[in-house]
Amino acid sequence: MIEQPEPLHDVLARRDSIVAGLRRLLPESGVIAEPLRLKPYETDGLSAYRQTPMAVVLPETTEQVAAIMAFCSSEGVRVVPRGAGTSLSGGALPMEDAVVVGLMRMNRILDIDYADRCAVVQAGVTNIGITQAVSARQFFYAPDPSSQLACMIGGNVNMNSGGAHCLRYGVTANNLLGLKIVTVDGQIVDIGGAHLDAAGLDWLGLLTGSEGQLAIVTEVTVRILRSPEGARAMLAAFKSNEIAGACVDSIISSGIIPVALEFMDRPAIHACEAFAHAGYPLDAEAMLIIEVEGSVAEQDDLLGRISAICARHDPISLKVAESAEQSAAIWKGRKGAFGAVGRISPDYLCMDGTIPTSQLPAVLRRIGEMSASYGLQVANIFHAGDGNLHPLIMFDANDPSSFHKAEAFGADILKLCVEVGGCLTGEHGVGVEKRDLMGVQFTEIELDQQRRLKSAFDPGWLLNANKVFPLTAALRAA
Amino acid sequence: MQTNFTADQLRDPDTASSNQILRTCVHCGFCTATCPTFLLLGDELDSPRGRIYLIKDMLESGRDATEEVVRHVDRCLSCLSCMTTCPSGVNYMHLVDHARTHIEATYVRPWHDRALRRVLATVLPRPGLMRMALLAARLARPFAGLLPRGPLVFKRLHAMLRMTPANLPANAAVAPQVFRPIGPRRGRVALLAGCAQQVLDPAINDATIRLLTRMGIEVVVAKGAGCCGALAHHMGKHDPAMDAARANIAAWSGELDGEGLDAIIVNASGCGTTVKDYGFMFRAERGVWPKQAARIAELALDISEYLLRIGYAASRPAADLTVAYHSACSLQHGQKITEAPKTLLRQAGFKIVEPAEAHICCGSAGTYNILQPDIADQLRARKLGNLAATGADLIAAGNIGCMTQLAGEALPIVHTVELLDWMAGGPAPKKLKMPALAAD
Repeated sequence: MIEQPEPLHDVLARRDSIVAGLRRLLPESGVIAEPLRLKPYETDGLSAYRQTPMAVVLPETTEQVAAIMAFCSSEGVRVVPRGAGTSLSGGALPMEDAVVVGLMRMNRILDIDYADRCAVVQAGVTNIGITQAVSARQFFYAPDPSSQLACMIGGNVNMNSGGAHCLRYGVTANNLLGLKIVTVDGQIVDIGGAHLDAAGLDWLGLLTGSEGQLAIVTEVTVRILRSPEGARAMLAAFKSNEIAGACVDSIISSGIIPVALEFMDRPAIHACEAFAHAGYPLDAEAMLIIEVEGSVAEQDDLLGRISAICARHDPISLKVAESAEQSAAIWKGRKGAFGAVGRISPDYLCMDGTIPTSQLPAVLRRIGEMSASYGLQVANIFHAGDGNLHPLIMFDANDPSSFHKAEAFGADILKLCVEVGGCLTGEHGVGVEKRDLMGVQFTEIELDQQRRLKSAFDPGWLLNANKVFPLTAALRAA
Repeated sequence: MQTNFTADQLRDPDTASSNQILRTCVHCGFCTATCPTFLLLGDELDSPRGRIYLIKDMLESGRDATEEVVRHVDRCLSCLSCMTTCPSGVNYMHLVDHARTHIEATYVRPWHDRALRRVLATVLPRPGLMRMALLAARLARPFAGLLPRGPLVFKRLHAMLRMTPANLPANAAVAPQVFRPIGPRRGRVALLAGCAQQVLDPAINDATIRLLTRMGIEVVVAKGAGCCGALAHHMGKHDPAMDAARANIAAWSGELDGEGLDAIIVNASGCGTTVKDYGFMFRAERGVWPKQAARIAELALDISEYLLRIGYAASRPAADLTVAYHSACSLQHGQKITEAPKTLLRQAGFKIVEPAEAHICCGSAGTYNILQPDIADQLRARKLGNLAATGADLIAAGNIGCMTQLAGEALPIVHTVELLDWMAGGPAPKKLKMPALAAD
């Protein structure tokens, strides 16, 4: 189990009065404090780490969030923000002495401006909910994490989430225009707005991907884009991971940027096919999903050039989707991939490193070797075009030694990513999962500079204090 | 997900099954997004993942069910939308069934809740009692306004009175008999004549029998078969549910071993989901029951599946009507039947449209609209709004529960099979009051 900061004992001792104070701020159903009802909040999408919080609050307005923050900060109570609880890095893992601020009741779309191509939504709107709200007018919100059905935009901002189509459209940071945040002491601040680039320092850039360390995001202004004329996906099947990896490098280095370029290896192909029935090639060791967009002529041209590149890598088969339904099934399998691995293994750790695409073949080979030496199976599913790896390490949580091996294996993969010139996280965030590996990426001086930045926003380290930074002596002792 | 059951606990077949289900869940949270109660209430505890966690904790600890767990499990509609969404293949249905049985066995509900559940479990599966109850309720209906609004007990009474049809159809329950096919016999099926549906809307069975016999299918309403057991099953009442299922299995097995059956036809999809699960329900029973139950479950088909299989064809000119197809949860999530009813309706010449949020429950969910009137009312309003926005002339659905829940508003609602029968030569459904249609 991951090390937690020492709980603030005076806060634990004041539990009842703190809960009573929270109840004064919210309707009855908005405060959860009974031990049995707190239990389901003890974890998120990374269920290997668990800690029951002191209380959970479910505000419905920014003003309620502000009141909660003002109260918690005056009482010296730690706070853990939470969206849909789909984090794969334990971004919403509670602390024993913390109040979890769950934003899922803030699920309203406040404004859609087609003329200026933006939408203002509350933090608890799901990622796909934005696209669904504008799709009738042929618009969409571009970043599409695989959990887009469930994950919420507030969490996307805090993790700077990516997704399959970010190869073309950029990650969350490239699709944001403004934020409404609540500071640790309960002030409401607006940043940016319905226009390109915010005035002054790049606060928007600073807050995006800040993992709940600096403030609580309650509203988001996102850019919406006109839907492309059309899109088509193709499947390319290969004889080994390295060959598929080399093919990815050939496509990218040829100058073609498909809208999506996704990789799956044999275990992933089989698990996802069982869920999505998409016609994945079950005889392949590795498969690429390649999607292009535009008019039919553009699609034909790009698919022709990509097929020619694939043909140079001794493919087993190349198959272009023949209908919108086939494309949808291909993506259903890919988007449900992590969950689908639940069909072949009771538990998994999902890694999230990025590497330069030229390193793909070598890194995939090393991961294969590590898998053999740790004796744990890996399913590789990832955004190949971005070099954003998601090796899923399969283990059995009912066997503690298997979990410890998986943790060590994961750490080795991430160290390898840094070693070849990449970084620890592409889109899932550091959370608690990669917290203790930050020293691999950064020197102590670099970490201290980042800690000072956090202190400027959150002097008492009340916001999400168990994440991102390796625990300091002060947090260990509290 | 990690679980903590002792070897002793795992010797119980229900616990062993639930352990397997929990081990399949990877806690990804996708299910939250398509859960009706999570959409309305915005609380992990009212999502499938939250309930799975509460149930896991309750079963692992071996504790009696507590009020907190019961509150959130009771709010589950069992619409099974989560099972359609789940990439890992978690069988939430069997898990929540186990939890409900555990709750019924270990939790003492308040007296009024207990009494109401007993009444529902006794009356609804028995057409005679159900009819008497509805006649009595019709007398009470004018006085509904006098009931106080606040407490749950009265909200539930209101919900029951609202469900009472303004005009109770004549007593037209189908007695056990064999309906001979018109022309040469192409097949032979048993029809689950059902319980509450026969009283609320006998036209559905009539249309089914007319259509099938016209297509050359012999239809048997087997002696001894009755309620499928779902009503009791969903309230966690294990023994009455098993007794009802056993009676059906015995009755249909008799027909199967006698003159033979090609299929067992169900035209209320809520019942269909349960009949198709008989194999699992009887897996640990003694003697011939597991085998018999599995055989019956395999033969069970929704009417739309069977019609598609034998080849439906319309004989009347198309009616130029736009039908909003309401996909009952038990069909689309419980039985994964999504296309068959729409295909058939198109073959019958209707234009088909679908509402937004077609995957979200209408709030009927068996007895849910009586037991959880607040949530059911919100879901009903949401569904009716989405259906009205389609601009359709009428609604078609394959489940009596949804039909009752959504009746009485601007759009008439009929069973899919009534429309199919009409276009294949049967009478126009009476519920379509448009004069041009009724004059046939």
